[in-house]
Amino acid sequence: MDIIVCVKRVPDLAEADIVIDRSQRDIEKDDLVFDINEWDNYALEEAVLLKEKLGGTVTTITLGDEDAEEVLRRALAVGADNAVHLDDAAFAGGDAYATAKALAAAIREMPYDLVLAGAQAGDDGYGQVGATLAELLGIPHATLVTSLEVDGKIARVRRELEAGLEEVMELGLPAVLTIQTGINEPRYVSIAGIRRVARREIDVRKASDLGLSAAEVGAAGSKTEIEKLSLPPAAQKGDILEGSTAVVAEKLAAIFASKGWLG
Amino acid sequence: MNEILVLAEHRRGELREITFDLIARGRQLAEKAGAELVAVVLGRGTDGFCATLAQYADRVLVVEDDALRDFNSEPYQAVLAQLISERQPLLTLIGHTACGLDLAPSLAVQLDAALVTDCLEVEIDGGKLTAVRPAYGGRVRASLQAREATHRIATIQAGNAPSPRARDSAGEIVKLQSPLAEEMAYKKLLEYVDTAAGEIDISQSEIIVSVGRGIGDPKNITLVEDLANALGGVLACSRPVVDKKWLPKARQVGISGKTVHPKLYLAIGISGAFQHVTAIKGAGMVVAINKDPKAPIFRVADYGIVGDLFAVVPTLKEKIARAKAGK
Ligand SMILES: Cc1cc2nc3c(=O)[nH]c(=O)nc-3n(C[C@H](O)[C@H](O)[C@H](O)COP(=O)(O)OP(=O)(O)OC[C@H]3O[C@@H](n4cnc5c(N)ncnc54)[C@H](O)[C@@H]3O)c2cc1C
Ligand SMILES: Nc1ncnc2c1ncn2[C@@H]1O[C@H](COP(=O)(O)O)[C@@H](O)[C@H]1O
Repeated sequence: MDIIVCVKRVPDLAEADIVIDRSQRDIEKDDLVFDINEWDNYALEEAVLLKEKLGGTVTTITLGDEDAEEVLRRALAVGADNAVHLDDAAFAGGDAYATAKALAAAIREMPYDLVLAGAQAGDDGYGQVGATLAELLGIPHATLVTSLEVDGKIARVRRELEAGLEEVMELGLPAVLTIQTGINEPRYVSIAGIRRVARREIDVRKASDLGLSAAEVGAAGSKTEIEKLSLPPAAQKGDILEGSTAVVAEKLAAIFASKGWLG
Repeated sequence: MNEILVLAEHRRGELREITFDLIARGRQLAEKAGAELVAVVLGRGTDGFCATLAQYADRVLVVEDDALRDFNSEPYQAVLAQLISERQPLLTLIGHTACGLDLAPSLAVQLDAALVTDCLEVEIDGGKLTAVRPAYGGRVRASLQAREATHRIATIQAGNAPSPRARDSAGEIVKLQSPLAEEMAYKKLLEYVDTAAGEIDISQSEIIVSVGRGIGDPKNITLVEDLANALGGVLACSRPVVDKKWLPKARQVGISGKTVHPKLYLAIGISGAFQHVTAIKGAGMVVAINKDPKAPIFRVADYGIVGDLFAVVPTLKEKIARAKAGK
């Protein structure tokens, strides 16, 4: 079982102040903390779990600048065997389609039974790359996968629908699956674990190595372009209660009491 | 053709709400563009759907086939690709739902179409498609423009559209031959499973106290549970709490969990992602406790407390206990 996992390095905005940069097409990233995309972390874990069960290899691939290497190191520490880094100035600014095109060109040359991606990226959040990749590779796909079993040449998956409903599907391998959070419990990766793989070789490729011209990838090869980013209106609907913890708690309790909710 | 196509989404014999969002959006776009609004129904035994949709759409195109009875992206893609190639609509609208996510990207590749996903707003002006969509988990808004392409597809975020307006007379219903003949690649639906059923139905509760990832550790959940008890409410949560198996799926509020309409929804350590807050629109009062003053949850909260939940929650519980005791 040869599995490929697509991983992306994305900023963690949980406690960050977001600032739109001067180009208006990106955010200021200098002060942000980056990590592996949350969904990809589950995809990576699922790939390693499958390998542990069925044998075979896990190859992890990312498209991104030189800093993106850190998510590949992380993947190697988790248990991936190989790492491929698509790194070329020509890849910059690509939409989901252009990104999938480059990933597909690299993946096409490798052996694989299964390709895993995240259901969506925490930054762009297109929710597109996995299924786009599948169609470019000419193989079936299932998105939003919450459980996965492989039986010979068949994958049996659960897909998440709405309102707690899931559907059980079977699809023929090779296939692309996009992984939803909660499918497993990603293992903890220690700094020491990452240090241990610091010298492992990473296969770095440029567009020309994939037989792609600069015009076919990145911003030039995209079907959509970002015109402008903005921050959503901060408009607050209600009242922010002011005062010390004791005061705000008292105020809220009084509001509940006035509604007759405190018996 | 001068048409806006809208894909009707249905599941287990019912049209899904998103279909009406798409119809309403499609109608606005069609009016502006001087185009016709066309609903596309793929399924088996769809007469009821067609009659409903004909109240709103200028035309309903129907393809019936056993392979289309339940949603499956492969036959759906094959039929839609043919339909779109033939009719050359100005724009095709699909829901940004579990169905749309499985269908739109590969359909766009097959048609070499420009695709914009998870759109909050869409405009089509002389064949030029622009859209506004969230990025960075909804903390940023991106205006996108599609490059020149033969076909254009947009997937629309659920729940932001007005109710659709009915036509004066029913639109025409056109039955088309199913083009499905060849064997598809192997992808098959086996069954549906309901994972939200459980020991409790939170959607029936009047007071819901809901905990998010901000709780940090499963052992802290009792803190919030105590508050829920003090308020005579039930404990619920956001998705990460279920993903980490800290609480069962039956407690999850959101598009992939439960939709709730309590008189009070108290969100603690929950950021307010779209997938969460769309399911609490029916709440009488929303109160948020979050240490981040910029958390999007404050955009939907009637009352907010900016602070550390570990300080606020126990104090609040105490004040409530005292108020109840009449002091
Ligand atoms: C297809 C799909 C379906 C989804 N379905 C759902 C769904 O049904 N339900 C759902 O909830 N999500 C769903 N999500 C996930 C959703 O996008 C968000 O990731 C999720 O809602 C975030 O949960 P959260 O607010 O608990 O966590 P976070 O976004 O991490 O927010 C945690 C919050 O806690 C605050 N905080 C941290 N520490 C403290 C403290 N000490 N005191 C006070 N505040 C603190 C932080 O400021 C932050 O705002 C879905 C996503 C996808 C892609
Ligand atoms: N630059 C990238 N490198 C590797 N994988 C990516 C990249 N961008 C997106 N992906 C994969 O595609 C998934 C969905 O991304 P998106 O379609 O942008 O929401 C991610 O979870 C990744 O698995």
